[in-house]
Amino acid sequence: MSKLIRKLLPFASLLLIFVVVSIKRPDAFLTADNLLNVFRRCSPNAIIAVGMTGIIISGGIDLSVGSMLAFAGMAGAWTMLRMCGDSLTMGGMVVGTTAGVLAGTVSGLLNGLLITRLKLPPFIVTLGTMSAFRGVSYVMNDGQPYNVPNYNYLGDGRLIGVPVSIVIAAVVVVLASLVLRYTPLGRYTYAIGSNRDAAFHAGVNVDWNLTIIYTLAGLLVGLAAMIATSRTVSAQPTAGISLELDIIAAVVIGGASLSGGRGTILGTIIGTLMIAFLRNGCVLLRINDHIQLIVIGAIIIIAVAVDQIARARAK
Amino acid sequence: MRGISKRFGPVQALSDVTFSVRKGTVHALCGENGAGKSTLMKILAGVHQPDAGVIELNGRECRFTAPGEALHAGISMIYQELDLAEDLAVAENIFLGAEPRGALPFTISRRAMFTQASELASQYGFSIDANATVAELSTGDCQIVELLKALRRKSSIIVMDEPTSSLTEVETQRLFAVVRQLRERGLAIVYISHRLEEVVDLADDISILRDGKVVHSAPASQLNIASIVHHMVGRELNEFFPAKDAAIGDVRVKVKDLASDEGISGISFEIRSGEIVGLAGLMGSGRTEIARAIFGVQPKTAGEIALDGKPLNIKSPADAIGNGIALLTEDRKRTGLCVNLPCFWNVTLPNLGVLGMNLIVKPSKEAATAAQVGAQMNVKWASPQAPASSLSGGNQQKLLVARWLLAESRFMIFDEPTRGIDVGAKREIYSLLNALAAKGKAILFISSELPELFGVADRILVMRRGRLVGNLATKQTNPNEVMHLAAVE
Repeated sequence: MSKLIRKLLPFASLLLIFVVVSIKRPDAFLTADNLLNVFRRCSPNAIIAVGMTGIIISGGIDLSVGSMLAFAGMAGAWTMLRMCGDSLTMGGMVVGTTAGVLAGTVSGLLNGLLITRLKLPPFIVTLGTMSAFRGVSYVMNDGQPYNVPNYNYLGDGRLIGVPVSIVIAAVVVVLASLVLRYTPLGRYTYAIGSNRDAAFHAGVNVDWNLTIIYTLAGLLVGLAAMIATSRTVSAQPTAGISLELDIIAAVVIGGASLSGGRGTILGTIIGTLMIAFLRNGCVLLRINDHIQLIVIGAIIIIAVAVDQIARARAK
Repeated sequence: MRGISKRFGPVQALSDVTFSVRKGTVHALCGENGAGKSTLMKILAGVHQPDAGVIELNGRECRFTAPGEALHAGISMIYQELDLAEDLAVAENIFLGAEPRGALPFTISRRAMFTQASELASQYGFSIDANATVAELSTGDCQIVELLKALRRKSSIIVMDEPTSSLTEVETQRLFAVVRQLRERGLAIVYISHRLEEVVDLADDISILRDGKVVHSAPASQLNIASIVHHMVGRELNEFFPAKDAAIGDVRVKVKDLASDEGISGISFEIRSGEIVGLAGLMGSGRTEIARAIFGVQPKTAGEIALDGKPLNIKSPADAIGNGIALLTEDRKRTGLCVNLPCFWNVTLPNLGVLGMNLIVKPSKEAATAAQVGAQMNVKWASPQAPASSLSGGNQQKLLVARWLLAESRFMIFDEPTRGIDVGAKREIYSLLNALAAKGKAILFISSELPELFGVADRILVMRRGRLVGNLATKQTNPNEVMHLAAVE
C-alpha cells in the first residue's frame, strides 16, 4: 500500500502544480502553446538529466555538465563558422552539430578516464573539469559568443508538427529506459552503484562500465548543447552556469539515491517536468524570480524528505 | 526479563520469554538466526519496546523507551559490527560523549582524557595504547575498546553479540580471559555466539531460543554441544556432518609456486575432481590471499595456475569466471551481495553471458532461472524480486552459492562459507559442498573452524605466514596436528 503511494507521489505532486496553476490562470496555463513551450524549453535539461541518472545510479556525480554544455556548444558553433564563414550551409550545420556532440562525448570520456584511471572520486574530478571546461569555453572566443544565425532547426524546427527538440528528448528517454532495463550495461550500472566491490567480485568490469556511463552522459550533454545553441542561434560561453544543480535536483526529486543503486529514468523525467512547470507556474502567477528560487529549494527538500519517510514506513 | 513478547508486523519475534542473568556470571544465549536473540537483547538495551512483559534490574522494574536510558541504567551492548569512530584515538572513543571538562567552559581536557583512559585500561590489565587511532587496531583490540567504553560507563551488564566472529584464535583466547576477569569483578555478561565450543567453554548458564521462545535454560555444566544443537534445531542431528560419497577423479586444479603482492609465495597444491580440499590457518596466514590471487582480485606475481590441464593467465575476476572458477567471498555484505537489488539480479550478475544475455537482458527469463536454482538451493525468499537485504544471513549465503551453481564453475573456492549463519543453514552448506563434489567439481574450502574442516574435507592444507606448511589427508591427521602446524614456528 505505502509502496504504491510512494510510487504515485511524484505524479501526484506534478498534478498538484497543474491543478493550482490551472485554477489561478485558466486562460494561460492549460493551452497547447504554453504546454508545448514548457516541454520544448526543458528538453535539453531532460536529455542531460537522463545521462546524470545513469551516473547517479552508478554511485557517482557529474558537476561539470553546465560547463560541458557551454564548451560543446562553442565547439559545435566554431566548427560551423570555420567551415562556412558567415553564411551557414546545410552541410556545415550537420558537421558542426556532430562536432558539438563529439566534443561532449570526449569531455565525458575524459571525466570517465580521470575517475577510473586515477581512482579519484567523481565529485573531485568533475569539480575540476567543471572549472576547466568553463575556462576553455571562455578562451575559445575571448569570452564572446559565436553567432550562428540560420542554425535554428534543432531549437525551433518541427517534425510532423512536434518541436524537434521534444522528439529528440523523447527518443533519448525511451532509449535510455531500455538500456537501463534490458542491457548488461544498465544492470551493471545498478550493481556498481549498489556495491562496487561485490560487482567487481562478480566479474563486472567496473572501470570499463563507468567510463562508458560518463562518456554516454557526455554525449547527451553535447546533444543538449546543440539544441540550446540552436534555440538562441548562438553559442554562449556563459551557457549552463549552475545548470548542474537543476539537473541533480531533478534526478533526486525523481527518487534516485546519491549513494547509488537506485533511480529510474521515469522518475528523473517527472523531476525535470516538476522544476520546469514550477518555473512556468511562477511566471504565470507573477511570482518573481527570487521567490522562485526559494520555492524550488523547498520542493527539493520536501520531495526527498517525503520519499525517505515513505521508505522508512515501508520497512 | 519476564514474559517478554514482541511482534513485528505479522512476525511474532518473541513470545513470553523469561531470561535472567546473575551478577558475576556469563549467561550465553544460543539459537539459530532469526530465533529472536537480537530482538531480546535490543529490548534489554531499550532499542525496541516489548509488547508485553517486564524488565527488572536488581529487583526493580524498569522501562526503557530509548537506548540512552538503558545505558544510563548500566546496560551496555557490544554489537557484532562495532560502532567505533575509526579516525579517533582509543581514548577519544572511550570518552565519546563524556569527555572530561577542561578549565575553560566548553572545552575538554585532552590530557585528562588520555591519562584516565590509560588508567582504566591498566586497572583491568589491558595493554592498549590510548593514543592509537582505532583504524590502526586489530579487530580484537577494537573489542577491548568497546569493553573499556562499557566499563567507563560503569555498566553492570554487558551484552556481547558474536564478539569472536572475526577474531583469530589467539585474540579469542585473550578476549575470554578478559571476560572471565570481568565476571570475577561482579559484572553480568550476556554472551551471544554461534560458536558452541566457546559457549560451553565460557558460560555459566546457557539459554536456548527457538522461534521466539526459550526452549531450554540450564547451567552450562548440564549441557554439551550435542544437546545444545539438539535444542537449537529442534530435531536430532545424529550425524552433524553429512556423509560424503563423491568419487575422486583426475587432477583438475594445479597450482604451482603461486605468489602475490599480499605476502604469499611458493604455494603449490593440486585438487582432483570430486575432491574437497580444506585450507586451514590462523587469521592473516594468507588463506584468503590465495583465493584472491587465483580469482584475480589481487593477481598473482609468480607461479602457475592450470585448470583441467590448461594453463590460465587470470588478471581479474572476470577472467577467472570466464575460465570456470568461482569464489564465494568471506564477507558477503562487502564483496558478495548488492543488498538493495533484487535477489534474482544478484544470482544472475556474473551469469548474463552464460544465460545468453550478453546484449539483451530478459528479466522474466532471468527471474525464472533464478527461481529454479534458488529452489534447488532451498533459498527462502518472499519472491525472486525481493531485495537481497530482506533475507536472513544463511539465505543470503545460499543465494550466493546459487549464483555460482548457475555459473557451472568447475573449480569453486568457498571462503568461510558458514561464518555467521545458523546451524541448520551450515549443515545445508556442507551437504551442498558434497553434492557439488559429487558433480565432479574441485573445491577449495577455507575455514577457521577446524571441526568443519575435519567433517567435510578430504585433505587439509595448512598455511602459516604466507607459506603452505602442511598438506595432510584428513583421515591421517587430527586437529591438534593441524593447529600445531598453523600456530607454531
